[in-house]
Amino acid sequence: MSRYVLRRLLLLVPTLALITVLVFSIIRLLPGDIVTLMMSEQGYAGDKAKLEQMLGLDKPFYWQYATYVGKVLQGDLGVSFWTKEPVLDEILRRLPVSLELAVLAMFFGLVIALPAGIVSGIRQDTWLDYVVRSSAIGGLSVPGFWIATVVIVGASIWWQWVPPMRYTPLTRDPVRNLSQLVLPAIILGLALSASIMRMTRSMVLEVLREDYVRTAWAKGLPERLVVARHVLKNAMIPVVTVMGLQLSALLGGTVIMESIFVLPGMGKFLLDAITWRDYPVIQGINLFLATGVILLNLLIDLIYGFLDPRIRYG
Amino acid sequence: MFRLIRSKPLGALGGVLILVLVVTALLAPVLAPYDPIKVNSRERLQAPSLNHLLGTDDFGRDILSRVIHGARISMLLGLGAVAISTLLAVIIGIVSGYYGGRIDIVLQRCIDTLMAFPGLVVLLTIMAMLGQGLGNVILALGIGGTAGNARIIRSAVLAVRENQYIEVARATGCQDWRIITRHILPNIAAPIMVVATLGLGVAVLAESALSFLGFGVPPPTPSWGAMLSGSGRTYMIQAPWMAVFPGIAISLAVFGFNMLGDALRDVLDPKLRKGHQ
Repeated sequence: MSRYVLRRLLLLVPTLALITVLVFSIIRLLPGDIVTLMMSEQGYAGDKAKLEQMLGLDKPFYWQYATYVGKVLQGDLGVSFWTKEPVLDEILRRLPVSLELAVLAMFFGLVIALPAGIVSGIRQDTWLDYVVRSSAIGGLSVPGFWIATVVIVGASIWWQWVPPMRYTPLTRDPVRNLSQLVLPAIILGLALSASIMRMTRSMVLEVLREDYVRTAWAKGLPERLVVARHVLKNAMIPVVTVMGLQLSALLGGTVIMESIFVLPGMGKFLLDAITWRDYPVIQGINLFLATGVILLNLLIDLIYGFLDPRIRYG
Repeated sequence: MFRLIRSKPLGALGGVLILVLVVTALLAPVLAPYDPIKVNSRERLQAPSLNHLLGTDDFGRDILSRVIHGARISMLLGLGAVAISTLLAVIIGIVSGYYGGRIDIVLQRCIDTLMAFPGLVVLLTIMAMLGQGLGNVILALGIGGTAGNARIIRSAVLAVRENQYIEVARATGCQDWRIITRHILPNIAAPIMVVATLGLGVAVLAESALSFLGFGVPPPTPSWGAMLSGSGRTYMIQAPWMAVFPGIAISLAVFGFNMLGDALRDVLDPKLRKGHQ
């Protein structure tokens, strides 16, 4: 087990290195550079060479990259070109909002997906299966921003309710905070639930054909017990994997929900940074998100060993 | 055929939806009652009526004609993006799965890296790099969808590679190229088909998200995503039909692709066929 963990940790090194190269080089390929943009805005240096020197963009590419990686290793993600604030501080300030939204969305996704997937699996090809599956796929087929717009407009017409423009942190007023996040989280959860539901259904179908389930039926166990004790426990592992894979899609979805519901999270921050070519912020957020996704997926893989004693790491 | 429809009614429903979409896309100029991009300021923001069955937009353009022509754009976009992502994924998946070893390790690390980035973030970055335009959206969606598909195709190749007929082919002196084209490819056609069908839905949906964030197909092209996110959202209270109908069109198309893809997977994967208990 410890050798497996060590090997997985070592494999993280090239992946993380590739992430930094990708993040660093792709951003520099974006058309419209920051220097021209800054010079067109008032209040910044008028001399192009001086501005490039100030931002450290006059050095060769490999030098900029090496300096960046050196700083990242010390926990320094640089400062924003525009606000001059440290990027890590800005990310950490916005992270709780996106994280809370993502966790709530995952919660709603599971609440919808697990019962739906199980019912759909054990009642395969019945009307119940068809209804559950088409509703789940229906949730996946409607663009999230469209549902959000329809909900906001509908609520404002019929109940004169509009989403609050100011965000209230969880620590200040939990009830107010949750009432603000529940709607975007349910909308995000809807799209998420479809893939988790499909995986739950296929796994339930697969496990139902296993010999030990046949034995359980043969013993005369009631359906409730067969499903709860034998099917569910064994069907859950790939479902956990799908949840891990959905993490990065979920973080992408928060970009849209944050801009519709005016939530000061990382998604909105990233969108603004792309518009303003704020390299350190784009790099910082991408690096932060990608590293987070990779570490969480590693954690999920390691949890398997505890979930299923049959899995042994070689 | 009838047995298949009876056993997979949702898949059949998906198939019908896609058939309607394809026919609409092919016959768009014949079916559309008006020119989809001709501005008519005297008929701005008209509610659905007999003259304009789905109403008109803020430029007085007929929504029904735009939705019909939008089917063309969506099909073009979906097929283009899926062709790119499937081709790249098949090449990467086969090289990685068939040859294995170091090249597999390197390719898999690259895919791990790409998959760690949120899909929408990758799309936004590629679009910011390429600039707006239908061709660029297709390219971005194609590149964005490659990593996930490559992983699925690789696992399919790994499963096929271990079969005895591959061993026999190798023992009889077949070249790698012949084994890949004659034995591996036909046997991984099923997962490729499933991945491509589901990918079409993802592409249509992703285009609408890109449009919403201002990186989609530029006006006046009648793309469903652009219709529902640009002025469609602005006039949502005044003229809800502007965003509602393209929204329904997107949802039905994506629903169709997903249902058809799911049914294909069930039919092509014998393990999931009914017959338990």
